[in-house]
Amino acid sequence: MEFGPHLMLAVLEGAVTAAVLSLTAVGLSLVFGVMRVVNVAHGEFFMLGAVLAWWIAGAFGGHAALGFLAALVVAPLAVGAMAVLADIVILKRIGYDPERTIVATIGLLYILQQVTLMSYGPEARPVAAPFNTRLALPWVEWGEAGPALYWPWGLSITSYKLAVIGAAVAVLVGVWAVMTRTRIGLVMRATQLDRDMALAFGIPVERVYALVFGFGAALAALAAVLIVPISQAHYLMGGDPLLLSFIVVIIGGLGSLPGTVVAALLIGLSDGVISVFFSPTLAKILATLLVALVLVFRPQGLFGARAA
Amino acid sequence: MTTKDGAKRGTTRRGALATLAGGAAAASLPLWARYTHAQSAEPIRIGFQVHRTGIGAAYGRWYDRTTQAVVEKINAEGGINGRPVEIIAEDDGTDPKRGAEVVEKFANQHGCDIAFGTLFSHVVIGSAPRAGELKLPYFVVSEGHHVASGMLNRYTLQPGITDVKSQVQAMAPYVAGNLGKKVTMIFPDFAFGHDHRDYFTDAIEAQGGQVLAHIAIPPTETSFTKYFPKIPRDTEVLYHVMVGPAVLTFVKELGEFFGPSAPALFGFIDSLEAVDIASPGLEFLEGSYFWEGNPRYAQSDQTIYDKAYREAVGVDGNGASVSDPKDVSTYAHMFGCWETLYVVKAGMEAAGYQAPADRGKLIEAVEAMTEMPEGYAHPQGAKLFNGKTHQVFGHQYISQVKDGRLVRVHTTSIDDGAYPDEVDYTKHPL
Repeated sequence: MEFGPHLMLAVLEGAVTAAVLSLTAVGLSLVFGVMRVVNVAHGEFFMLGAVLAWWIAGAFGGHAALGFLAALVVAPLAVGAMAVLADIVILKRIGYDPERTIVATIGLLYILQQVTLMSYGPEARPVAAPFNTRLALPWVEWGEAGPALYWPWGLSITSYKLAVIGAAVAVLVGVWAVMTRTRIGLVMRATQLDRDMALAFGIPVERVYALVFGFGAALAALAAVLIVPISQAHYLMGGDPLLLSFIVVIIGGLGSLPGTVVAALLIGLSDGVISVFFSPTLAKILATLLVALVLVFRPQGLFGARAA
Repeated sequence: MTTKDGAKRGTTRRGALATLAGGAAAASLPLWARYTHAQSAEPIRIGFQVHRTGIGAAYGRWYDRTTQAVVEKINAEGGINGRPVEIIAEDDGTDPKRGAEVVEKFANQHGCDIAFGTLFSHVVIGSAPRAGELKLPYFVVSEGHHVASGMLNRYTLQPGITDVKSQVQAMAPYVAGNLGKKVTMIFPDFAFGHDHRDYFTDAIEAQGGQVLAHIAIPPTETSFTKYFPKIPRDTEVLYHVMVGPAVLTFVKELGEFFGPSAPALFGFIDSLEAVDIASPGLEFLEGSYFWEGNPRYAQSDQTIYDKAYREAVGVDGNGASVSDPKDVSTYAHMFGCWETLYVVKAGMEAAGYQAPADRGKLIEAVEAMTEMPEGYAHPQGAKLFNGKTHQVFGHQYISQVKDGRLVRVHTTSIDDGAYPDEVDYTKHPL
């Protein structure tokens, strides 16, 4: 494939990765920013979103879009509710102590993963996309008669992949609006800045924590519902998003939403471009190297306000 | 817990079918009389190493069903040397390290007579050395060339399924003669895929063709479009073989990448094992070709043996479970479990196997085997076993997708897949 179309394909594929990754990572970052909890089970909430999407989409007959839409609404709510429950039952009991929450969420990771294995099974199952048209993309060629459009072999995207990118942007704008323009966002930011002061002003911090934990998990589940028509639901699918989300959150700055989004774009696009032109392994190596460099030279992350 | 699960599943109505089929077959067996001389009523314990979880889970599910079915049939026919067969299943997690531990458990904890089962080549390669050290006969159903290459040991045998080297060598003349000579290969990046890469490249060159590019994909990959631009523009045939939970995504993205202007596609059915050919997004496969170890769809000239085997395992004419048409089998591979356990039975009876002390005799008895005629014990077709390399050779099938079904268009001869011996395990000590 020629360089131009090849790069365009790489960027498009990278944009889909970045879109899903930014949703997942924003969830993780939010939980860390507000609660100072490193949620190792975040990838399993992602996986639960995909598995529930398969289950819900299967329960609906009729057009594929109907089941998918239901999944898009119900799966994040259900996963969010589950996370709220986990917060009340587990995290609250151990007082949000940083070390103990890490161990507790590792335990939660295994419980969620193994319960899914025992109930849903080890198979990868597909969810039908609500719409999926292959869109061949043109490329400009400078011929003797001036610029001309042609359609290179393989340069294409599907309408669904474009929709994933669009949906992710819309959700991120929504999250930003909630955080900056609403009362609940104000309360969250207040809790993030100073927990004790927020408590003194009568903010029900524990309820805010439960809400944030649920909201973060719901974002991961939403990302999974969006990606599942492309890549299928599988009980081990939570590993990669967890690792990439951590990478993104560390690079962007723990707790910083704009930083997370920028880092997700950086990692997603570079993953797409590097794995297309070189190898997917090299893309992972470079991402990990970048994390190491950030930790050494700018431990607070690119956009982090203070040392985490 | 796993054993209990397996046993429970075995007593469904599939069980009843197997018993009926078994009863009919048993009546024709001439060896009934010798069972009365059995010296022990203890069951023969076969450790079944199975991919219940991990990337091989779909294969594991069907290897399990096939194994349960054939054991019921063998037991209904009088067992082995008059003793019933008991399967002790352990999940290897499609993981080489766990695989070796499972083999160890079979030998030391469960007191198994032999170990049997697993598919994924890295698990076999990880487990076989331990089986050799424990002197535990290890019958694999794996397809990899690692048995016949001499990499493993005297206690590891593959008598129920042909190896990749033999398969691809038999495919190359058909690909070069009917589809094209400029080939690009896409394969999973581990031992099994490397067998494809090495042996098909040689085989197609021997046919005057060439491989333009090798594209290796990690078996745990979940998104594939990024690999496809590496396919050279002048590719005439795209040769694809993929494994793991994301095979459906792989094939779908392949179709989305090419759109209407694809090269000829030749795939190993591994890319679509346990996946319905009629899934949305796979319409582009119409007219493309697949290697099949055993034709998934019942063909118009279906043998009585294939019919009986399908019924016993509980597979319908479309290669799916009779109880759930969406549960598509790994039909091109799982016959290997059926045939391997019949080879074990024949080997144990020829060796007069009584106890683990006779394990060496069992190895020698299997090594002495040669021709295996098509029949109820070998429903996939006739086979020729090579005792020196511990590898069986057989017919391969090429099918074309027509109206959303795989229709067999070519059957290779056993000779098409033959190659010179690379090892003589019989010279290794027992």
